[in-house]
Amino acid sequence: MKRSTLLQTALLTCGLSFSAASFAGGASGEMLGNTCAGCHGTNGISNGPAAPSLAGIDYDYMVESMKQFQAGERNSTIMKRIAKGYDDADIEAMSKYFSEKKFVMASQKYDADAAKRGKKLHQKYCKNCHGDTGISKDTDDDSGVLAGQWKPYLNYTFADYQAGEREMGKKMKKKFKSLHKKAGDKGVADLIEFYASQK
Amino acid sequence: MSKFTRRKFLKAGVAAAAAGTSLSYGSFAIGGSSKKVVIVGGGIGGATAAKYIRMMDTSVDVTVIEANKNYYTCFMSNEVLSGERTLDSIKFGYSGLSKHGVNVVNDVVTGIDADKRVVKTAGGDSFSYDRCIVAPGVDFKWEAIDGYDAKVAKNTPHAWKAGPQTATLRSQLEAMKDGGSFVIVPPTNPFRCPPGPYERVAQIAHYFTQHKPKSSIIILDPKKKFSKFGLFKAGWAKHYGYNPDNPTGDGMIKWINSDAGGIVTSYDAATKTVSADAGNFKGDVVNIIPPQKAGKIAFAAGLTNDKGWCPVNGKTFESTIHKNIHVVGDSSVAAPMPKSGYAANSEAKVCAAAVVAMLQGGSVPTPSYVNTCYSIIAPGDGISVAMVYKYDEKAGKIIKVKGSGGLTPGKFDATLREREVEYAYSWFNNITSDVFN
Repeated sequence: MKRSTLLQTALLTCGLSFSAASFAGGASGEMLGNTCAGCHGTNGISNGPAAPSLAGIDYDYMVESMKQFQAGERNSTIMKRIAKGYDDADIEAMSKYFSEKKFVMASQKYDADAAKRGKKLHQKYCKNCHGDTGISKDTDDDSGVLAGQWKPYLNYTFADYQAGEREMGKKMKKKFKSLHKKAGDKGVADLIEFYASQK
Repeated sequence: MSKFTRRKFLKAGVAAAAAGTSLSYGSFAIGGSSKKVVIVGGGIGGATAAKYIRMMDTSVDVTVIEANKNYYTCFMSNEVLSGERTLDSIKFGYSGLSKHGVNVVNDVVTGIDADKRVVKTAGGDSFSYDRCIVAPGVDFKWEAIDGYDAKVAKNTPHAWKAGPQTATLRSQLEAMKDGGSFVIVPPTNPFRCPPGPYERVAQIAHYFTQHKPKSSIIILDPKKKFSKFGLFKAGWAKHYGYNPDNPTGDGMIKWINSDAGGIVTSYDAATKTVSADAGNFKGDVVNIIPPQKAGKIAFAAGLTNDKGWCPVNGKTFESTIHKNIHVVGDSSVAAPMPKSGYAANSEAKVCAAAVVAMLQGGSVPTPSYVNTCYSIIAPGDGISVAMVYKYDEKAGKIIKVKGSGGLTPGKFDATLREREVEYAYSWFNNITSDVFN
């Protein structure tokens, strides 16, 4: 065994024992994340039809989302009830855990023509914050993953934004208003088809 | 440590010790074979534990011993009864576990020797273990209702373990004439899937409303209230006909609770007549769900208390009766967690993490648990209950996290109820994949 391998292995092993034992107080990100899998999929990769994948989520976006659920500032069915079970350290640990998981895009049906139109709208109104293809990790902004996310979830999200049941940031509000003025509800539907079209 | 061989690990241990760290690797039997975990039962709890132990530490040798080739989920089986889904859609095999390197053995466990750490099967095999996880689900108290036993249940199904029983009940409902009566007898607490009997009523009422609208449903209940009480009653009234002010009177659904004489004492299979305190009820189709206790092997292995369930340490799910044996899922006493599929899945992961830590000689990680349970009252009308739990070190038990969880709001919101249905189906797809894939 080469010396470098030995050292690497030793480090790995130490990491393992720390992750299991060192955080005496709270539960680890993995422990917390595992409790989400029944609804959001193993490792946060959802099998749909609606529950969003959490794998690859932006850390700050997830922390903010959980706090909005707790405060009732973001519309939801069950998440407002579940989010109240965690303190800040829990939320940070689980957000870190999911942000480090590899996102796998959902394989779902979409309308190819609508997706084409949606792509243009995305590039005009959304890409600065949500990335070229709707993957927020490609940008510095703390935004949600849109590309390859489950369609019903995207539908609910847009509906909530439009109904004012979820608050938009200033920048998004402005962009969304222009988008809606230009393309209307159909434009929103086209955008969703674009995100759903990505594999 | 996905590709960690034991040899590498031992060397790593030496290296870590040389580097002056406080790594504890003492429990690795130097020169011995890999650590063995034997899991009795491949239901939600057992299969989850198997998969997650392998995900957490591939050096552990995991064997699941399960009597059936396939598992039919109890959850969503009410939709099979209403014809909303097929029996095949709730059927799951074990090839997914094999892909995680779990040995799946198709056999019946007949005994566990806690001193020698050996599991014995009807097939004559013995499996030695370092740690054993017992997850047999529930068994029925056949003695509770005179005239109703395992043999009678072949034609008057309980359908509380999904599979052939579900198919029998579905075919009887299909064969029933319009205007017939369906009599259902829910069990006393505690039992598997607390909202299940009442979702079943809703699903069967949905089927009747579409195909046999003159039919009625009589619930003979030994209880005064049940899970998601207000939501179910409102849902029955909204969709099918139920009068909360006169529950035993008008409407397709009649609920006769314990105060109204709902306690059932006997059953006459020949005439399909259920005898309760309120009188005799002849059903065209009868569904009796008997009171429950821990699965058979839990008794054979001496893991049960005087109430017929398995007491455990809530942090590790290790039996408080026998060391090195853990019990997860419906058989265990994990209250305030309910006997639900999601709870079993969550308990199994906490147990898996504890077992891996104990095998590695490390300390048991701080647990976190969740229960999430959906019921579908009608197409487009889903409801849910959720709760987050933690372990109270001082009290030595699992407790609810204050302020968390709760029910779908009572005030009907069509948009949110539709979403709950889609999330219920997502729940089903994700939990079954989390357990079996």
